[in-house]
Amino acid sequence: MQPIIRVQGVGKQYHLGGPAAPYSTLRETIMEMARKPVRALRKNGNSSTLWALQDLDFEVSPGEVLGIIGRNGAGKSTLLKILSRITEPTVGRVELFGRVASLLEVGTGFHPELTGRENIFLNGSILGMSRKEIERKFDEIVDFSEVEKFLDTPVKRYSSGMYVRLAFAVAAHLQPEILIVDEVLAVGDYAFQQKCLNKMQDVSTSGRTVLFVSHNMGAVSRLTQRCIVLEQGRIVASGPTASAIQLYMTSGLMQRAELIKNTSPDKAMNLRRIALVDEQGEVRSEVPYDDRLRFVLDYEVNQPVTGTSVGIALYTVDGTCAMVTGDFDSHPELLGTRESGRYQTTVEIPPCWLNTGRYIVTVSIANASSGVIYDHVEAIVLEVVDTGTPGSRHGVRRKGVLQPLLDWTTRQVSK
Amino acid sequence: MESVRLPAEPLVVIQPTSRWSLVSFKDIWAYRELLFFLTWRDVKVRYKQTALGAAWAILQPLFMMIIFTIFFGRIAGVASAGIPYPVFALGGLVPWTFFSNAITASGNSLVGSANLITKVYFPRLIVPAAAMLAGLVDFLLAFVLLGVLMVYYHVVPTMQILFLPVLVLLTALFSLGVGTWFAALNVKYRDVRFALPFLIQLWLFVSSVILPSSAIPQKWRWLLLLNPMSGIIEGYRSALFGLPFDWPALGIASGLTILTLVYAIYTFGRVERSFADII
Repeated sequence: MQPIIRVQGVGKQYHLGGPAAPYSTLRETIMEMARKPVRALRKNGNSSTLWALQDLDFEVSPGEVLGIIGRNGAGKSTLLKILSRITEPTVGRVELFGRVASLLEVGTGFHPELTGRENIFLNGSILGMSRKEIERKFDEIVDFSEVEKFLDTPVKRYSSGMYVRLAFAVAAHLQPEILIVDEVLAVGDYAFQQKCLNKMQDVSTSGRTVLFVSHNMGAVSRLTQRCIVLEQGRIVASGPTASAIQLYMTSGLMQRAELIKNTSPDKAMNLRRIALVDEQGEVRSEVPYDDRLRFVLDYEVNQPVTGTSVGIALYTVDGTCAMVTGDFDSHPELLGTRESGRYQTTVEIPPCWLNTGRYIVTVSIANASSGVIYDHVEAIVLEVVDTGTPGSRHGVRRKGVLQPLLDWTTRQVSK
Repeated sequence: MESVRLPAEPLVVIQPTSRWSLVSFKDIWAYRELLFFLTWRDVKVRYKQTALGAAWAILQPLFMMIIFTIFFGRIAGVASAGIPYPVFALGGLVPWTFFSNAITASGNSLVGSANLITKVYFPRLIVPAAAMLAGLVDFLLAFVLLGVLMVYYHVVPTMQILFLPVLVLLTALFSLGVGTWFAALNVKYRDVRFALPFLIQLWLFVSSVILPSSAIPQKWRWLLLLNPMSGIIEGYRSALFGLPFDWPALGIASGLTILTLVYAIYTFGRVERSFADII
């Protein structure tokens, strides 16, 4: 079948620092020209470069929903930016046989001073809808967003949840032949997320081609049939979703019990370190079944924040979410204001609780009511090792995420 | 699933820009509605949360006119071609204010839209163009002020006023050229933000806003011809107040406008696709 997207030998090189620094001042350039006229004229003199993407070749068939998975920095975003023509490749060629619209971030181009109604038109037009198209879908968009009462209020007065709902509603009603979606499902409350997922599913069954990038393996496996796995700018695997996820979760991701993050002072809140430790405080990635899992999270607050939560989610390698827990579960006062400073928090999962196998632990900082995520990392890959689960005592690995050792009470009630 | 009919030729081919690839006007035409919406947004938002609102469009040239009248009209006793100096000055200040606001807005527009440029594709030229077009509303309001002043001083326009739309178009095109060029430069060199206000101040003095070009000694007058704004502003006065047109000056101004615009769009097109990487 003729593909709708054909990517041939695409690579993208970025310059890192050096004289070709991206954001220079005229003075620097003039000085550079004066000092080393020849070198300054010859492009890319001695700056260091990085290939964010290399040798990408793949095709997407019409109507296909293709997942693109890979860790942070693997090149997913760069690939999407090339496909949506935001940046151009350094080498290679992409052929698109249909109109493309991208949801790289919902709410792009929203203006805080304009009302919800005005922003629907502005945002729709920025995303590539014609005015007639927007008018035709206006009621549907408003319906979907659930903000009809505030349509004539400037969006700067919206809560972050309302803002995101309206933004997603506009984006969800785009009707290009090719839709590029990046991480939009991390928005809104649970009900709204489900609504978004359903909408995505509608889109994908209507014959449209979708490229879907997400860290949410559950969503990826639910929406896509085929995935490509990126690692350090190259495609390391491509195939049916189930096996691609399996590969990404296992071989692509080494077992890792500690993550130390680069922090940015611009963000209100930053995760600094996430570690899985044993009783002695030693970092380790293998945990005996009958031992507790103790997570230690270090984070910093750069400016006082309100209503935020630090949460952990546990996923199995096939993308099923095993559980989600948040620091405000046992301490609701954390939803108040957190003052600037460094914090350390610890949470434990009791022993004899999780089934044996591999788990991926993601940690996120989010607004507890709107669900807007400030920081999100896939932090730890751990293995619960079999030291005598109830099942293995009888020679089987029982099904299920949990393998709890429960107290059964049995008594004979009659003879 | 519906079967999808694909075109035989790709709709879009993405590959590294060659040195000579130019801005695609077909693309800009396809995005004309976005140009409208961005202009409309800039107009709507411009005076939000200001106490005086759109009155600023009138106050700016009005106060400049008053100051010029005090310092140049009375003290210097400038020869204003038989037109009362306040009207003469405002006749130059109205297009000048549009021009200076337009190039400031366009020049800073790309950097100000960084969050759009790094997330959505559209022909980037639309951004400085919308910033310039949004200024036309203020321009129109300022003309109302000029009309009031002309009535007050009994300055009666002649049929030459029919040239006004041509002059507005010329001003808009020149502003677009200059603004676009600065916008492209600004992405890489943030010096533009500091240099532009300074440049505009200097430019004002050589644009026949304060003095008619006839007040300049003959042997230096050719220098004014190198500045299209001078010819254009004199053109406005001729059209508005029925003074004789200086056709050679206007012709040169038009020629330079086209050259500026072509050069600016060419420069812009060459760096356009790297904006998202360096902004």
